[in-house]
Amino acid sequence: MLNEAKLIITDKKDPLEQIWQIGTDSLFGPKIIEVDALDRDFAEEVERRSHAGLRRCYFCRSCGNGCPFVTAMDVPPYAVMRMVHYGLREEALSTRTIWICVNCHTCASQCPMAIDIAAMMNTLCHMALEERVPVPTPDILKFHLEVVRSIERHGRTHKLGIMLRLKLLTGEWFKDVDVGLKMLSKRKLDLRPSRIRALKEIHRLFLPYWRVVKP
Amino acid sequence: MRDKDSLEFSYFPGCSVVTTSWESNQSLLHACRSLGLNLKELEDWNCCGSSSAFAIDPELGFNLSARNLSLAEPDRPLLVMCPRCLHHLRETHQILRQDKLMRRAQERRWKRPISPDLEIIHFLEAVVKLGPQTWKRDGLEGLKVMPYYGCTLFRPPALRRERYYQGEVENVLAALGAVPVVKALTNRCCGSFLSAVRPGLVTQMVNEIIQSAVTAGAECLVTVCAMCQLNLEIRCTLEQKLPIFHFSEILALALEAKDYESWFARHLVDPRPLLIERGLLR
Ligand code: SF4
Ligand code: SF4
Repeated sequence: MLNEAKLIITDKKDPLEQIWQIGTDSLFGPKIIEVDALDRDFAEEVERRSHAGLRRCYFCRSCGNGCPFVTAMDVPPYAVMRMVHYGLREEALSTRTIWICVNCHTCASQCPMAIDIAAMMNTLCHMALEERVPVPTPDILKFHLEVVRSIERHGRTHKLGIMLRLKLLTGEWFKDVDVGLKMLSKRKLDLRPSRIRALKEIHRLFLPYWRVVKP
Repeated sequence: MRDKDSLEFSYFPGCSVVTTSWESNQSLLHACRSLGLNLKELEDWNCCGSSSAFAIDPELGFNLSARNLSLAEPDRPLLVMCPRCLHHLRETHQILRQDKLMRRAQERRWKRPISPDLEIIHFLEAVVKLGPQTWKRDGLEGLKVMPYYGCTLFRPPALRRERYYQGEVENVLAALGAVPVVKALTNRCCGSFLSAVRPGLVTQMVNEIIQSAVTAGAECLVTVCAMCQLNLEIRCTLEQKLPIFHFSEILALALEAKDYESWFARHLVDPRPLLIERGLLR
């Protein structure tokens, strides 16, 4: 299902105008990349924020073999790695792959260079949000946002609340109702959230510090 | 091994364990009582940040984990039940241990000290420290169990210098008289949060895991992670479903717990018929 990532450098007359062609996936098709448009500091920036050790990657592609979710991704993990190396900022930040990644570290356990690929994925998700890159998996983003809002509200996650909100937000009430009912009948979903006492301490994390100072 | 101090723990249950997996908490408390491990719940603990905070705002995740560390008493090891929480707490602690300025900043933020020497351990590790090899019980009557570690206890890269758990569940199971079945997908990821947003994908994954257990001849699975336990139960669509035990349940059962009825009633795949058939339950 996944093609090998191919990199073809096609020479044009002017060597500064070299065009790289990258075919990461049959879904993607070949893609022409202009060298001039690359963000040469991207890899450095991702490394500084993630501490993934991504400079060590020599593109053996073991990580694509290991990832159990590769079929749900648009490009395998090593292709994201290459995009980061090449400075394909937009391309890397708009992949599904970074959002599908569940941080299971299977890839890292197979990586001969012990690179923390999941840490890189998390950093890319964060950067994609900061830079307002459209997220190709809005349902996954909604899920993360609901979990974080639940933490903001209660200091802990409230599963029933999250599930209800997700169905409300996506308008798909009955999608998972069977599992939801089974969980309810086994009392696996608490009606009332468990809440921490010092909620103020949590709320402060969600505000800039000067919002809460009083003169 | 059994000096008094090493048996006193602060206990971090985590969001899943106190709600969805209440039975895991109850059986843990029971097992700890029988083993002489004294747990004191971490006062007013909060969510570790979970995958979600670490994906959309790693700094928020880091701060949430750091608050928990600021609540822990320095001389009591912090016992954690959920592998994902363990990973986040340990990684955060590792950063705070290595970076004094960051630690001080967090201490000022929470107005509480954070000990660089705090020990953070998983329940499995606490059990292993007790030396289960010497127990020589045969309570589980040769029950064929597949130990399922899931992904997170399988040495995440940021913690590669820390302990390695591979094989420990088998040792405990064998000491309790069960037969570990390991030629199966013991470390395959359960799908984590994708279970909520991509149920079809996770069903496929979970079916593969459980089918591998069936093929290898296991009668049930035992997991160390409450989220894995839930995903394996709710997402399996195979005709032949296997019961999925929490590690703490199997342990408490072998240590002759009495209140198991209320735990097992909460399972979506009822383990009682199997246990009755094997003469482990009446
Ligand atoms: S396994 Fe490691 S070294 Fe190989 S391509 Fe993936 S990240 Fe690079
Ligand atoms: S950590 Fe992410 S990229 Fe790596 S194997 Fe797991 S899901 Fe795939």
